[in-house]
Formats: sequence, structure tokens, C-alpha cells
Amino acid sequence: MALDSRIPTGPIEQAWEKTRFDLKLVNPANKRKHTIIVVGSGLAGASASATLGELGYNVKCFCFQDSPRRAHSIAAQGGINAAKNYQNDGDSIYRLFYDTVKGGDFRSREANVYRLAEISVKIIDQCVAQGVPFAREYGGSLTNRSFGGAQVSRTFYARGQTGQQLLLGAYQALERQVHAGTVEMLARTEMLDLIVIDGKARGIVARNLVTGEISTYIADAVVLATGGYGNVYYLSTNAKGSNVTASWRAHKRGALFANPCYTQIHPTCIPVSGDYQSKLTLMSESLRNDGRIWVPMNKGDKRKPDQIPEAERDYYLERRYPSFGNLVPRDVASRNAKAVCDEGRGVGPSGLGVYLDFADAIRRLGEQTIRERYGNLFDMYERITDENPYKVPMRIYPAIHYTMGGLWVDYHLQSTIPGLFVLGEANFSDHGANRLGASALMQGLSDGYFIIPYTIGNYLATNKLGKVEESNAEVRNAVACVNETISKLLSIKGKRTVDSFHRELGKIMWEYCGMSRTAEGLQKAIGQIRELRDDYWQNVTVPGTGADLNQSLEKAGRVADFLELGELMCIDALERNESCGGHFREEYQTPDGEAQRDDDQFSYVAAWNYRGPGNRPELTKEPLEFEYVHPSQRSYK
Amino acid sequence: MKLTLKIWRQTGRKDKGRFVSYAMDDVNPEMSMLECLDVLNETLIERGEEPVAFEHDCREGICGSCGFMINGIPHGPLPATTVCQLTMRHFKDGEELVIEPWRAAAFPAVKDLVVDRRSFDRIIAAGGYISVSTGNAPDGNAILVSKETSDRAMDAAACIGCGACVAACPNASSALFTGAKIAHLSILPQGAPERDRRALNMVAQMNVEGFGGCTNIGECTGACPKEIQLEVIATMNRDFIRGSWKRRDQDVRTVKPMTEWSTGSKLKIDPHATS
Repeated sequence: MALDSRIPTGPIEQAWEKTRFDLKLVNPANKRKHTIIVVGSGLAGASASATLGELGYNVKCFCFQDSPRRAHSIAAQGGINAAKNYQNDGDSIYRLFYDTVKGGDFRSREANVYRLAEISVKIIDQCVAQGVPFAREYGGSLTNRSFGGAQVSRTFYARGQTGQQLLLGAYQALERQVHAGTVEMLARTEMLDLIVIDGKARGIVARNLVTGEISTYIADAVVLATGGYGNVYYLSTNAKGSNVTASWRAHKRGALFANPCYTQIHPTCIPVSGDYQSKLTLMSESLRNDGRIWVPMNKGDKRKPDQIPEAERDYYLERRYPSFGNLVPRDVASRNAKAVCDEGRGVGPSGLGVYLDFADAIRRLGEQTIRERYGNLFDMYERITDENPYKVPMRIYPAIHYTMGGLWVDYHLQSTIPGLFVLGEANFSDHGANRLGASALMQGLSDGYFIIPYTIGNYLATNKLGKVEESNAEVRNAVACVNETISKLLSIKGKRTVDSFHRELGKIMWEYCGMSRTAEGLQKAIGQIRELRDDYWQNVTVPGTGADLNQSLEKAGRVADFLELGELMCIDALERNESCGGHFREEYQTPDGEAQRDDDQFSYVAAWNYRGPGNRPELTKEPLEFEYVHPSQRSYK
Repeated sequence: MKLTLKIWRQTGRKDKGRFVSYAMDDVNPEMSMLECLDVLNETLIERGEEPVAFEHDCREGICGSCGFMINGIPHGPLPATTVCQLTMRHFKDGEELVIEPWRAAAFPAVKDLVVDRRSFDRIIAAGGYISVSTGNAPDGNAILVSKETSDRAMDAAACIGCGACVAACPNASSALFTGAKIAHLSILPQGAPERDRRALNMVAQMNVEGFGGCTNIGECTGACPKEIQLEVIATMNRDFIRGSWKRRDQDVRTVKPMTEWSTGSKLKIDPHATS
């Protein structure tokens, strides 16, 4: 399959402007005749639904939670980047573009990233107008902080709850359209299959999670904004409900899955405390602005942190990366934390932790300033660990946080199935092999507010879309597939719970396809995942029926998809014989242990085509060209 | 530690529901209340029984999905903490915890500890926004907002929509929830133009949904995991009165009941019983 990314020609600064002019428009009077399905109500889904509703389209928005406001975008803490240069510190659209391409370790598309940087400034304006209470200076202007590997202060924030406030802004805009009658909100309704007719996405099959009813919804276009797949690792910072099902089932209907092995491991999470652990809690990366990361100089030093003298502490990030210090990008910070723990210098009961110490910052700025900056995060830490971080250094350890991979999309955010658009974390597009801090919120809102409203119009204006009857063979086939999977899961009645399989899958993925990977380990993982999947379909037990609220059944379907995705991630990681960003292959590293890319061989997007159960997926490569930012060894020293 | 969980079980809206006691022998004090339920559910599934349905998602205290009464207190005994972040070390060995869902006419039962909170979404849809369509915004710094104002708006905007305020209120009023959104938006200059309409429409919707009236008891703010202050209700009342006065000659949007339960309580059980 050849991939047409539809990247516009000409200077990158004018690419989006030119594209927007070239896009065909839908007559205002005709917009309400088009039905658009949006699956997911996070930043990307809610902003897309609201904006498409404002334009006059007939929108149906779906989420599996009880309310669209629960989507996991709400948990983002640190902030959102924008190239406003309000701080006069040398920022510009070009610099944000440059930092993002470099931060992504030269594995993203230049044109997409440039557009993202360009749109970033409009997002802030839009959110302020909606009433998002961003942090302010005393004079009343917006304030910024530097964040996650950036040398300029371009991050806008609302305390430690930026994601919540941005999502509530989008959610309120969405509810405004619900009230206006342009958007119909279907909460507690989970997409379980995509309907493809004559090669075009024409609707979805969804299950009402309260009544168990399976229904079909027909539309002229389908937008997936269903988030990432970090929960394949079982333990991650994602919400418990976050899943890959919508994307995966679209993949099985023909949408290519790109760069599945690119996963981001966040350096600052609260360490695991026991086997019952259900998720990992993120502590915002902004803490690294004032906290200093260290471990004892000597192996097995079990003294309390305040009894370890300064000379016997190793501030390893400051030592190895003097110019970026504690602010190196996430992949670098995480790998270094793992390295010092592997050396036996980790702290805490499990030895899997490093200190994040605020003592110097409190001495320098006073406790009150630190409380203002991070008060809610410190409180959260204390609630969970019973330790007071104003007095004792925090203990942190990396955890799975974000997935850069996702369904392949072109410049219009359209997948390889015409009429199926993919937004936000669910697509693969803008972050390459590593996402910079405060860029996910930016991408979700850019896709939803400012890109999809134009590109979807072009699709609708240039395609003849006939009426689809519920009796159509493809519609019936999709419904039959969904029913079959559900009855199969309910009928196995084996001995093991869904969660026990999920935990086991997570362990395999973390061990072999986590922070560092080897060819040998990945091969082993593929074998183990296949065995586990076979066992799952023989031995899982799902209580209850399909005719009411059945949370075990919901999980069972999602874990079934994770068991397939996990294998694809390992295949992709095995195929990519280089290290880049979040993908670190032990065989490919520089003499001082940094990721070593192989641009000659691997400067491409790996897009995988599903070819049926048991068959090896087919790889299509989209070559990446760098005209503006020339690939170099990333250096944060 | 050992605990007894006395949990409300109800198969659906038509079921009367009942308490069932479960003995837990090996509770790790470091686990959260929800992880404790996870462990119980794993055991129940292995025994061939139906697990306890409960709502949860982010488990970081921000999505607002989780919440139930523990010994009569929404989200349990720890202030400013949702059940997903409530660790078991706050309970005593051998204690019995009575766990039951939010009880309010406007939150119809779904199953076990899960209730339907869509009435909150409809209150927001009635006016909980600033009417600015995408593309209409001036530069972010075009409107200056003092830090104090912005901080006050943020205090109110911190609401997570969990419903604890309603569950805590003897009247099952949603005044704290509605007031928080009204305060967040009307404190800011961007929200000022719609201030009157917003308060009138949101309050009207709140009444239609079957929430009770506010009688200034203050249980809501005590139960709120985000410590939203009672003054947001004063802001709501002020905006409502102001709006009613200024618009007394105009027709305010009439709000039709949107649900079968919104016309009145059909619950037979005492909404505030703890056992």
C-alpha cells in the first residue's frame, strides 16, 4: 500500500495557509445535512464536536464514561505550550517547531509540527475567551513557566490542573452545542466496531453500557479521538478506562497503525507500593523546575535522605547534562533513573525510586512560594505516601504515560480509510518518537478546534456519499462481529479474571517492551503474548450477562484488544533496529549510553496493515524528509 | 488489617436493593479504597459471584467519576480526598465500613454504587459556559484579569462534578455544584456579559432536575473533595436575584422536564439513611 501524506509543497511557513485555501467548503445551508460521528470527548473530541456543531454540522459525540467531562485529558497537570513569546525570551513559532522536531528525535513530519506550532497561539486565545483561568501576573497578563526540556518559558498553566481547566472549557463549549441542538451526546456508549462501506467509513457499532443494547449509527464521516493505549502495560498513568478498542477495531477494518512501539515513559511518578496497585500516579513534570533529582553516591546506602551529606549525593542529571540539568526531556530523565536504580542506588523500600528534593528551592524561595506553585501536587503526594514533601524529598520513578504511536493519518488527519479521521493522542502524527512536556494538550486542541473543522469539510464537499440503510450487508456484518465477540467472552467461563490476564500482559510489556528493549527480549515477548492470548480465549471468566451494566465485560473486550496490540508493538520495536526517543534498543547506544539513531535506515514512519488473525502484519514505510531541521545527535549536555 | 465492608447491592433501578456484608482479611493499609474494592471484586469473580459495580476512571482525584458514602460521609472521613485517593491506613483494624451510593432523586440508581449524574451535564448545558465560538477570540492578553480575580475564578473552577455535595445535603441540593460554575464564569470579565441569563437558566434547570433547594446548612462544602467554598452559592443567589430583577419584563427560557424522574422523587427509601 502506498501512503499519500498529502503534505503541501512550498515553504513550510505558508503550508497550512495554502492548504486551507485549497480546501473545498461545504455550503452553510448544507452543513446540517451531514452527520459526523465523534468518538471520545477529551480535549480533541470535545473541541472537535463543539466546533463542528458551531459550524452547523449534525454531530453525534460518544464517550464510555458517564459524562464527557470525565475524559482523561482532565488529568493533565503541567500546562500547554504556545509560541506567544509573552516573556520576550526569544520564543517564536519557528523555535517551538524546531524544539518539537528535535524533541521527537527526528521521527515526526516537519509540516505537521510546523502547523502545530503555528496554531498554538490561537489555542491560548480561544481558551482565555472561554474563561479558562490561566495563571496571571499581578498586572493581569498571562504568566508562563518553562517546562520539560525547553529553554524558553512558553508553558501556560492553571495551577496543577491545566488539563482539567482546558477540558472543562471544551466540555462547556460542547454542552453549549448540545443545548443548541447541533450535538447529540451519547455518554456510556462504547464504540465496538467501525462500519466501512465501499471503502469509506460510514458509521460505528456501539454498545449502550447500561442496557447492553447494540446499535448502529450511520454518518458521513467518523472522527476517532479516543486517546492512547498506555494501559497495554496495565500499570500506567492513564485512567483505568483508557483503552485502544476503538482504534484497534478501526485498524482491523483497514486503518494502518503507525509507530506502535513509540511509548513515553514519564520520569516523575509515585513509585509502585504493592501487588494490588491499580495505576500509577503522575507528579507533574513542572516539579523538575524547582526540585533536584539525586540518589546516594554509594550502592545500598539505606540512610534517611537527610542523613546523607551533600558530598555523598549524586545529582546525576546535573552532573551528566550540565546545560539542561534536571530539565532534560522525559526519555532522557527516565532512562537515567532506570540506570541508577539498576546500579543498585535506587531509594525507597523497593529500590525503584530516586529523590526529587525541594530543600534548596524552599531555602531559596521560601515555603510559601513553593506552596503556591505546587501546593496541590504536594498535598496529593502526601495523601498517597503519608510523607510530607516540604520536609522529606519526594520519591519518584518512571511510568508509562503517553503513546506517540497511533493510527496513521495524513496532513488532513485522515486515516487510510477515507472518511475516518483520527485526532489527538489516538493518531501518530506530531510527536515523533518522544513528546515534549505540555505538547499533548496543544495537539489535542489544535486538531479539534482548528484542523478537523476545515479538513473534514473538504472531505464532505468532494465525496458523493449515498444513503446507507441499516439492512446493508456491511452494517449487519459489523453488528454480527460485535455480538459474536461479546457472546464468546461471556461463554468461556474459565478460571481466571480479566484483570489477572491484563496484569500478566502488562508485566511482559514492561519487561521487554518498556524503557529498554533488546531483539532477544522482544522475540521472547511475542511468544509469551501469543500464549497468553490463546489462554485468554480458553480460560477467562466474565461474570454476568451482556444485558446490563457489566464492567467485567467492558474490560474483557478491551483486554482482548490489548493482547493483540501488545504483539504489534513488539513486532514494531523489533523491526526498528535503532534507538530513538522513547524507543531504546540496548544494542544501539552511543559509548556514553545515549540513544543512537540510524537515520539512513530508519528515518521513516512504520505503518502496519492488519492481515487477519495469526498473519504477520504488513509494513509500509512513509519516508521522513527534513528540509528545515537537520537531524543531529540530540545533545542536552 | 481486617475490615468488614457492608456494601449496597442493587441490580438495577427496578430492584429494591440491600446491604451485603463482606469480610476482608488481608487489607494492605497502603492501598486505596478503590483498590480494596478491586481486591474484593477479584475474589467475588473467582467465587462465581457478580462483582460490585462502582464508578472510577483517573484514580487521581480529578475526573470526578468515583464517589460513594462511607459510614454516611461522602468520599469517607478524610477531608479534601476522593475515594480513589483515600488510603486504607485511615481506617482502624476490625472496623466495619458501610458503603452506599449517592442518594438523590436527581441521581437515579443504575447498579450497586453507580448512579446516573447526567442531570449535572444538563445544568451545564443550560448556561454553564461563555458563548464564544471557535475563531472569535481576541489575543489572550487583550483582556487583563487581576491575579486575585483569576485565583478566585480558579478556586471555583476546581469543581470535579462528582456529586458529593448533593449526597451530603439533607435537601439533595446541587447549589454548590451550580454555584461553583456560575462563580467561576461570572467572576471573570469574559463571563460578565452573560451573567444574568446564565444564573437564571442554570438555576431553572437545577429545579427541573429535581434537586432540592439550598437552606444554607453547609454540609456540601464540608464534603467537597475540592473544598469549594459556600460563597459560590452566595454568588449564584446574587446573580439570580440581579438577573430576575433586571429581566423581570422579559421572558426567561421556560425549561421543560427532560427526564421521567425529574418531576419528582420516586425513591421509596430514606435518602439519608446510613445503614
